[in-house]
Amino acid sequence: MTEARKAGGPHRPPSVSVSGQMGQVLLALVPATGLHVVFFGWGILVQISLALAFGWALEALMLKLRQRPIRPFITDGSVTVAAVLLALCLPPLAPWWVVGTGMVFAVVIAKHLYGGLGYNLFNPAMVGLAAVIIAFPDAMSNWLSPRGLGDPMPGLGQTLHAIATGSLPTGLDWDSISRATPLDELRTGLMARLTVSEIRESAVFSAFGGHGWGMIALAYLAGGLWLMARGVIRWQAPLAVVLTTLVIAVTAWLFSPDSAFPPSQQLFAGSLMMAAFFIVTDPVSGSSTPRGRLVFGAGVAIITLAIRQFGAYPDGVAFAVLLMNMLVPLIDRYTRPRIYGHPA
Amino acid sequence: MTAPVNLVRHGQFHGGLALEPNKAIALQTPLSRAPLPDRLYLPIDQHQGDAGAVLVSPGDRVLKGQPLTRAGGDRRVPCHAPSSGIIEGLVQQAGGLMQRSGQDCLVIRLDGLDEAVAPLPLAQWDTLPANALIDHLHAMGLVGMGGAMFPTAAKLRGDWPAIDCLIINAAECEPWIACDEALIRSRPGAVLAGSRILARASGARRIVLAIESHAVEALEQLAAVNQNDEQLPVELVTVPSIYPQGGERQLIQTLTGKEVPHDGLPQDLGLLCHNVATAAAAHDAVVEGRPLTERIVTLSGPGFEHPCNVLARIGTPLEDLLALAGGLKPDAARLVLGGPMSGLTLDDTAMPLGKGTNCLLALTDLEIAPTAPTLPCINCAACVEVCPASLMPQLLFRQLQADRHEPARELGLFDCIECGLCAQVCPSHLPLVDWYRHGKSVLRKKTLDQRQAALARRRFEAREARLAEQAAAREARRLRRQERLQNPDAAKDDILAAIARARGKGPEQKDD
Repeated sequence: MTEARKAGGPHRPPSVSVSGQMGQVLLALVPATGLHVVFFGWGILVQISLALAFGWALEALMLKLRQRPIRPFITDGSVTVAAVLLALCLPPLAPWWVVGTGMVFAVVIAKHLYGGLGYNLFNPAMVGLAAVIIAFPDAMSNWLSPRGLGDPMPGLGQTLHAIATGSLPTGLDWDSISRATPLDELRTGLMARLTVSEIRESAVFSAFGGHGWGMIALAYLAGGLWLMARGVIRWQAPLAVVLTTLVIAVTAWLFSPDSAFPPSQQLFAGSLMMAAFFIVTDPVSGSSTPRGRLVFGAGVAIITLAIRQFGAYPDGVAFAVLLMNMLVPLIDRYTRPRIYGHPA
Repeated sequence: MTAPVNLVRHGQFHGGLALEPNKAIALQTPLSRAPLPDRLYLPIDQHQGDAGAVLVSPGDRVLKGQPLTRAGGDRRVPCHAPSSGIIEGLVQQAGGLMQRSGQDCLVIRLDGLDEAVAPLPLAQWDTLPANALIDHLHAMGLVGMGGAMFPTAAKLRGDWPAIDCLIINAAECEPWIACDEALIRSRPGAVLAGSRILARASGARRIVLAIESHAVEALEQLAAVNQNDEQLPVELVTVPSIYPQGGERQLIQTLTGKEVPHDGLPQDLGLLCHNVATAAAAHDAVVEGRPLTERIVTLSGPGFEHPCNVLARIGTPLEDLLALAGGLKPDAARLVLGGPMSGLTLDDTAMPLGKGTNCLLALTDLEIAPTAPTLPCINCAACVEVCPASLMPQLLFRQLQADRHEPARELGLFDCIECGLCAQVCPSHLPLVDWYRHGKSVLRKKTLDQRQAALARRRFEAREARLAEQAAAREARRLRRQERLQNPDAAKDDILAAIARARGKGPEQKDD
């Protein structure tokens, strides 16, 4: 695996490396992670640490079982990025076995059982997320109330206790520290036949999606734009996600402002921004043609919105991405660029 | 007066990458002439096509410019003695840009006198018919000097529609290489005159000389000597310095917005592309009557003490040239024949300079990054973005890696121009071009094998048919004899006839 470049060239130092690209993705996630700490406390840092520990251990184990060299692959950064992305999707106080299960599905099943780096058909972080959404519905719906709404915020010790044991330390109870996410609130409100304007009176909403949620989404957007400017990700898939969401959400909202999710909620309340810039841009499981990336992004947006509006889960990004992953070979087949000198 | 410089470009090829040109380093030193070596090793096949018969024998004294092999059709180009000396014989040596081993080379021990045969200029070439011009260029050993060494005559005449525009390719897009720029700076007049000769030979009504925008000085030199009042003006056009701008198909797309059909030639579009050095060689052949026996070669790269361009005789061993650039630095780690993007590592410095050898590059560990590890393809499609042929290089790689050569062919493997950009931008550092070259050679061999198998099958079937025919004839004879023996009258007749024959009286009867 460490062979030198062959005689055929190019005889120039390589411009980029996998680990360099992954490192930039991690850097682009720093603002969102920081805001996550501001609004939801220490939990996310613990989740990230746990996800990394599980991820690296499982990666090393699988490489050993598959008799692959450990060092080049554990340092390529791919498992690090998958771990951080999965952790960012988990409720801050989710017990450790949630993230553990998620990482087993992400690293062992989605990645290595399909052939390791470069060969996975499905986005590992999303496989892990989908698995824990199905396996731990309660733990996955216990979201903390964002800071600034007057609810108590658990300290570092309390956070560690909750994650380590799966139950809150004495003195804290779920009713006082948790609050439904904006998307949850919308879904249950609509099911209770409330109008959107009534539902949005809840303090969890803000002009930009939800209180705290909107800021974090903006941080993902900023990080994503930076990656785009650096040439690490391409513009097609994120733009397709955002534009498709806007077109559908605005249309639905114009026709039925009382029962359709408002556009700002669709864009900024859930994990759509994160998905647009950090999930659908995953090279391995995404489309590799320019036009295909547009189709892929649009598909993710459509399925996500459909699940949000009609499905059984408050957010649908994980399932939307996995469903579109299945279609990638087909998309790539039909969006291949025309080769120079060949008829259209 | 100077011609107006047309800055309009019409198209843009897909992908490409702006690379640091690094050309100034070799242009700092003025162009110099390489001293004559002791011996020249002249490959007799320096073109696409087969070599002509050798016209000299060991011990013969040859003069500079004397033809050493016989010219044939347009694809059999003669070669000429680059200096005077004694023929020592033929040796096998690696040669050509692909460094194919076992090339026949004539060894000439030079006498240092550099005596030449009388020059054979074509007087009043602008009144001669195109065929006479092409024949002369062919007899003077002209091949494409941009690297491919395609016989110039075969490019000038053929079964295609009339040529409208001649494109002189001075877009030297590989970093470091500066031999064309050195040529233009030193002989702008010869370049322009040669362009007109090639236009005349091809019947082109327009000449466009394309040069990369960074080559400001060369462009000024050309503009200064470009005469507007000629019958055939040369339009000087700058094109963006984006690799691989100098690729024939890419340059045509930039200049015209058209694409050469994948199974066709530029000539099908009424276009003809010649390298700028070939144009200068055409001038030398027609105006000065000198065959192609020398060329400018760039010796550059951070591994040389004093990078430079030198004018050297064809057949000079490359190792003799190293000293002209001050020799190799201690940290020089690799010699490359050609440019850093598409050149090949030079295995044997005894290899001689060929008509298409444009550059010898000396690189250090800093450039070749020998420690960069390779990882599996992550499908990032960075290669898709830069590919000037609009291929999906990562899919090609995955097919070839799995030994699926036919699917790779379907994906356009043979449309790959081996520019090296995909490998340059690959974050997994995969040697993609090596995979494509290998894949192509496997498929070519397979096609050849299939052809040979088909031939063998036809031979086998013909033999079987012949044997069956012979067996059937034998059987028919046997049956006829048997029938006759079973018929008593016929048998009696036979016996009587035999008796009569024995007596020497009966009618001559030939047994079948």
